[in-house]
Amino acid sequence: MRSLETVTMTFATAALLAGCAGNAANPTASSPHARSMMLGTPIVEADISAWNIDVRGPDGQGLPPGSGNARAGKALFDAKCASCHGAAAAGGPMFGTMVGGIGSFKTDKRLLTPGSMYPYAPALFDYIRRAMPLTAPQSLSNDETYALTAYLLHLNGLSGEDAEMNATSLAAIRMPNRDGFIVDDRPDTNAVRCMQDCRPLRTSVPAP
Amino acid sequence: MTHDPSRRALLAKTAAVAVSGVAAVGAARAEPLPVPDSNKSLGRPLPPEEYGMPSKYESHVKRRRTDVLVNKQNYSDWSFTPLHQQLGTVTPTGLIYERHHNGVPDINPDQHRFAIHGMVRQPLVFSMSDLMKYPSVSRFHFMECSGNGLTDWLKPAARTVQQTHGLLSCAQWTGIPVSTLLDEAGVSPSATWALAEGGDGSAHARSIPMKKLMEDALIVYAANGEMLRPENGYPLRLFIPGWEGNVSIKWLRRLKLGDQPWHLRSETARYTDPMPDGKWRQFSFEMEAKSVITSPSGSMKIRPGPIEIVGFAWSGKGRVRAVDVTLDGGRTWREAQLEGPVMDKCLTRFRLRWNWTGEPTTIASRCVDSTGYVQPTVADIQKVRAITGFVQHHNGVFPWSINEAGEVKNAIA
Ligand code: HEC
Repeated sequence: MRSLETVTMTFATAALLAGCAGNAANPTASSPHARSMMLGTPIVEADISAWNIDVRGPDGQGLPPGSGNARAGKALFDAKCASCHGAAAAGGPMFGTMVGGIGSFKTDKRLLTPGSMYPYAPALFDYIRRAMPLTAPQSLSNDETYALTAYLLHLNGLSGEDAEMNATSLAAIRMPNRDGFIVDDRPDTNAVRCMQDCRPLRTSVPAP
Repeated sequence: MTHDPSRRALLAKTAAVAVSGVAAVGAARAEPLPVPDSNKSLGRPLPPEEYGMPSKYESHVKRRRTDVLVNKQNYSDWSFTPLHQQLGTVTPTGLIYERHHNGVPDINPDQHRFAIHGMVRQPLVFSMSDLMKYPSVSRFHFMECSGNGLTDWLKPAARTVQQTHGLLSCAQWTGIPVSTLLDEAGVSPSATWALAEGGDGSAHARSIPMKKLMEDALIVYAANGEMLRPENGYPLRLFIPGWEGNVSIKWLRRLKLGDQPWHLRSETARYTDPMPDGKWRQFSFEMEAKSVITSPSGSMKIRPGPIEIVGFAWSGKGRVRAVDVTLDGGRTWREAQLEGPVMDKCLTRFRLRWNWTGEPTTIASRCVDSTGYVQPTVADIQKVRAITGFVQHHNGVFPWSINEAGEVKNAIA
């Protein structure tokens, strides 16, 4: 305890001196070392496991043990999800359809569903686990989440009715929109600052 | 008293005059001034303790939900800041726009914990009282939702500037640089991204590049000098200056460091931009330079005579360098006056005096930021992106038309 305090203080003092010069040059720059207090309590990953619910899309890292298929998923969906999402996820009182839209992005009417939009199937597991059902999030077991994921994939024609979804099989599914994304490459416009004789703005002059 | 029609009429008249800026110079002589009741009576006594509220005559100044794209539920929903009623650059805390994905949680700060883990030397957990012992920093920054302007790309749908631009607010945010806490946990040299996750019912999460987190991101517990309001993330949120509001995770419970982004629903199926050829642009975090005239704006009415044009400009890349205003539908532009202080990634007010002759016309503003970037028109944006589906990041020049009756309307096209 004592040695830790000494270490912290020496560290803080040195950082404070360094921080002064930095602040003089740029008063808004943060000088993290000068602010260090070391007040966090060390914790081991195992004790964060109940919070560690994220699943990484591309490789499915974080998918838990367990499994489920679309048949089991349908029964669960009818009981826990259809009231908002409609039968067969075709759209209900709280949300539009979660089925279809694959291939619609090259048309003028893009339909966004997990089937058309998610580039990686594990993201569907991740979202259901963290956020659904809306009224009782994080209440589903791993098996239930796999089964519901399997059901939504099946409704979108992306897996068979009896296909068992688990950490390996889910990550192996190739989603139609896998290569549908580009990373931010803006600025993509290069407007000029015209002051005189400019092209008039496109406007819709509304009806009176 | 509350429903006194003559007072209402008077207020309406005052509002119209304020908007049109018509001064009664040389007009008919004003009535003699009676001594107001407030001079002749005892005021309200001071209660032993109180949280001060706006005057009852300001009760119309409110956040409002969308009445264009009406949601089927109000848990994953949003509300807009009344920008036309915001009189300075700081948004009053109770008017900061909202976007929640599963309602507003009620978190007890004594129980709240914030964890840093993943690719760090030592995972750490902090209580609120730990965090509040750190030396704080306070910064003025705007915050804007990537979906601001969502309903008004190619034809007018919303009527007021609250609905067209009100997913935008500005506050003084107080907290700790994220880098301070990350340094204490010891960032692995190979960590390039972090997942930030909320303690709400949606456990809303986003992947954020480490570079930005170390540069200027804050772990925030206060806005405008008081603890965050529940709807703004009480007791703790992330704040990422200049980037879409969606990444400034509210009710922050953890940061997990990794070496690649997660590609969650909120960074693929949502908050992405439709592009030509059926593609989508993702991780488009930065809110590019933008501006809008807030007075006169949609649903207001002006009269011929001098008009003080007022609006806001901002840029996620830096400071506002200049704002130009057109009074003739874009044929000519003149530089507006900026009201100081002009701060980095902060709302900046501009103004321009105009003498409206009564001729129908279209007015608009255009922002130039400190990087030299010029706010594009929707036509410019349409050349490079697809405007169909769920379109985000609308920073197009926004025209208001004025007809011969002086009625101001949304003229986006
Ligand atoms: C009380 C209503 C309600 C219930 C019950 C409900 N959901 Fe949802 N669901 C919603 C709403 C609202 C959204 C949109 C949330 C948002 O966008 O922030 C949503 C979104 C989703 C999405 C994302 C869709 C997309 O296009 O990305 C999935 C997947 C989903 N729900 C699955 C489920 C499953 C599985 C269940 C049952 C376990 C369920 N939901 C139960 C209301 C509900």
